[in-house]
Amino acid sequence: MTKDLWKGNEAMAEAAIRAGVEAYFGYPITPQTELLEYMARELPKYPGRVFLQAESELAAVNMVYGAACSGVRSMSSSSSPGISLMSEGLSYIAGTEVPAVLVDVMRGGPGLGNIQPSQSDYFQMTKSLGHGDYHALVLAPATVQEAVDMTYESFALAEKYRTVVVILADGAIGQMMEPVELPPWRQPLTEAERPDWALRGANGRPNRVLTSLNLTAEGLEESNLRLQARLAEIQQHEVRWEEEMTDDADLVLVAFGTMGRICKSVLRTARRNGLKVGLLRPITLWPFPSERLHELAGQVQRLLVVEMNAGQMLLDVQAAAAGRAPVHFYGRMGGMVPLPDEVEEQIELLMREGTTRPYAAQSSANGKLPSLPTRVSHPVEGSRHDNITTY
Amino acid sequence: MTTLPLTEFEVVYHRPDTLATITTHYCPGCTHGLIHRLIAEVIDELELRERTICVAPVGCAVFAYNYFNVDGCEAPHGRAPAMATGMKRCQPDKIVFTYQGDGDLAAIGTNEIIHAAGRGENLTVIFVNNATYGMTGGQMAPTTLVGQVTPSSPTGRDAHMVGLPMHVSEMISTLSGASYVVRRSVHNVANINKTKAAIKTAFRVQMEGLGLSMVEILSSCPTNWHMAPPDALQWIEDAMMPVFPLGDYKVTDAVMPLTKRR
Repeated sequence: MTKDLWKGNEAMAEAAIRAGVEAYFGYPITPQTELLEYMARELPKYPGRVFLQAESELAAVNMVYGAACSGVRSMSSSSSPGISLMSEGLSYIAGTEVPAVLVDVMRGGPGLGNIQPSQSDYFQMTKSLGHGDYHALVLAPATVQEAVDMTYESFALAEKYRTVVVILADGAIGQMMEPVELPPWRQPLTEAERPDWALRGANGRPNRVLTSLNLTAEGLEESNLRLQARLAEIQQHEVRWEEEMTDDADLVLVAFGTMGRICKSVLRTARRNGLKVGLLRPITLWPFPSERLHELAGQVQRLLVVEMNAGQMLLDVQAAAAGRAPVHFYGRMGGMVPLPDEVEEQIELLMREGTTRPYAAQSSANGKLPSLPTRVSHPVEGSRHDNITTY
Repeated sequence: MTTLPLTEFEVVYHRPDTLATITTHYCPGCTHGLIHRLIAEVIDELELRERTICVAPVGCAVFAYNYFNVDGCEAPHGRAPAMATGMKRCQPDKIVFTYQGDGDLAAIGTNEIIHAAGRGENLTVIFVNNATYGMTGGQMAPTTLVGQVTPSSPTGRDAHMVGLPMHVSEMISTLSGASYVVRRSVHNVANINKTKAAIKTAFRVQMEGLGLSMVEILSSCPTNWHMAPPDALQWIEDAMMPVFPLGDYKVTDAVMPLTKRR
């Protein structure tokens, strides 16, 4: 197979089309919009497939909900603030036990934040994607190729477990171009292949009802137990991670997505410099590779979690390590992407002094948090490290 | 002992096939049940049961899917038109209707209904206006009348504070994608019959693919209005109808012939 150069957002859209997605509903938001635009352009070329731009993310997720209840392979995509709006509908989708796929191309938050790549939706995606007891299956790609493969596979996962599957990308994955090998074509479901719970009209069979409502405590507990059993199945079968050079490592980096990829460069440099560094990159963020991390924590001197946020996955790593090894953290926020040399500095600090130095402390002479800005300033041109002066 | 010769009797009334044989949860005197029956009769008469999907709202009609022998689902509060859009776009051969109250459609779901109408979705919307949030205990809705006392407007709706009642049919009728928008009432037999005719037209509009059809129905809520059922029906006529005039707010030329059919 040949490889072609694809932009992340468009590549994910093409992968979804090849996976047989029949309905896409979305709303423009940077840095995700090219995915919607690609669907607008390409999806109507296939007979019977539906593209519709919704009036909001709220409407988009509910259109997906309607399509999913129809037994139709459907998806949406958005970026952080849009996902917040979708939380309601995602909870209903999970509660109704219908499959849906969602791509989140994360941007910096909170609030309107900015449009730079960030990983600050980790909590939202893995812990609080709407009300009620449920988790989405969350896949975190580190390359455009991985984003393509995950998007392609996500429909089968969503259908198998009748739940929400999230591709948690970030602005870097969505916007960059990389050589990609596209997956083979899958056909959309035929009428005979539609699931036996789908609402297709009560023609020659009793009518069906799909709802997340159950007013009796006993009844709702029962549906919760069913949901939890399915989640347990996901935890049992779908935990994925990538490991590199952990066998003899003194220090293991733990990072996901774009940050995981940057840490691979860190790893190579560190090894060249004679430092015994390894990497564990969680590929599924929920379910989390806790067991493997627990094992590793028993055999290494330290873990260093690196994220493009204030330390969110950190809590899962700490829980997994359970005190068997110290867990350190380094992160940047607001759309700042740590450079390899920045992480290398932290590793050297750890090796020398047994501690990392949080970015905020670096940026201020007396080690206190920087004061609040008195005016909004644009990032300083030149070295990204100059940014510290723009607080 | 003599047996009655059954052949001499004519069936003048039977339960519609589309209406489930189940006791509803509606309060005594509430007109939701009556409206359900009208919808069920229309679906039977148009022979649509086997290809109809009902999208229930959040509110008193949250269990509507239990009362119709058609496929049904339950939308988040106010989102029924969006959910129905997803279904209808993926299954254009099906008949999809939403059943929504005034809290659901006129408050939390205004965005969804306006844009479904704006796009001209081929959906039928049954909009039940009883000037209150029935399910949560009769709080003020956008359709609550000025001076109407509710648990959340304990001294009566104050127009200076929260504005005048919202006229949804009038508003939706201004959108080009809406082709049939009417307001009816079920406070007496003559109006019940007119309501049924309107519901029938609304489903026919969808069968012909002519865009969004909506029937707003003034409905009684004796429990939350704190009235006996007959008084509540009278209140529709005396208090609600002057504020929400019955009538045809939008009937496009394409729809007009459908209104003449029985």
